[in-house]
Amino acid sequence: MRYFKAFGLFWWDFLIGDTPELAAGACVIILLAALISRSALVAALLVPALVVLLLGVSLQRGRKA
Amino acid sequence: MLHTGLYLFAIILASAVEMVEAMTIVLASGITRGWRSTLEGAGVALVVLAALVGVFGPTLGRIDINILRLVIGTFLLIFGLQWLRKAILRASGYKSQRDEALIFQTETQLLSKGADAVKGRRDPIAFTVSFKGVFLEGMEVIVIVISFGASDGRLGLAALGAGIAALAVGGAGFALAKPLAAVPENTMKLAVGLLLTTFGTFWGAEGAGMEWPLGDIAILLLLALYAVVTFTAIAYLKRSRIATARVAG
Repeated sequence: MRYFKAFGLFWWDFLIGDTPELAAGACVIILLAALISRSALVAALLVPALVVLLLGVSLQRGRKA
Repeated sequence: MLHTGLYLFAIILASAVEMVEAMTIVLASGITRGWRSTLEGAGVALVVLAALVGVFGPTLGRIDINILRLVIGTFLLIFGLQWLRKAILRASGYKSQRDEALIFQTETQLLSKGADAVKGRRDPIAFTVSFKGVFLEGMEVIVIVISFGASDGRLGLAALGAGIAALAVGGAGFALAKPLAAVPENTMKLAVGLLLTTFGTFWGAEGAGMEWPLGDIAILLLLALYAVVTFTAIAYLKRSRIATARVAG
């Protein structure tokens, strides 16, 4: 049981840690990419723009911490 | 060709950053508590890591490439953004820079307690510290190597990148027998963050069914965009921190 807990904690810390907004935001962006994937040009412009926006929001949060 | 070069560069750099961290722990343990148990701990950790690659590497080869890209691309995007955020906050002064020499000094002080009593004999503390350091940092290397290798169907090339990094960092560490403080780890972390975010965006979106209009050239455009945003963010945050400090002073 201890090993399962340690394994779970490793992955939690690795992927979420103190930046849950990045994990959640990245999943939303990829989901959105799937929804608009038929319009290749719109998706190619929107996906990187959302990644930049997500980084900005997280930096703002990190700056205040 | 360019894609391959960038891909190999990302793996070498990402692996090297994690290996420098593991090396600091191994050196601190070896110097203070003796090399025998330290090297045994590091060796056992490497064997366990190799077994994990042996089990999970071939399994990944049987999964649909688009599903792999979707899952691993999302993971790389998260991991890349985490590194980039940390590197930007460090470069702009909002977070303290990682200092391998200071970490080495702290680890050495902690480990030296009771070290004389076990010199020359098997030491469970040295074994555990060394095993944990190598295993945890090594797990991160493996996740990166398998992610890159599986997403592009080039696990061999990814393993070669990690091998080059291991030889360089391991060789330098043992030759110098002191922490690799001269390695610009924060700059490397920033470069790795940029590359992981770029490949994560590219593969994640491709796995989700998107086709990039310019194919592989999109990788270079994404990298350029993220680099411009990163350096602009560092400059803006630096200015903002100085202005805040002036007002407070």
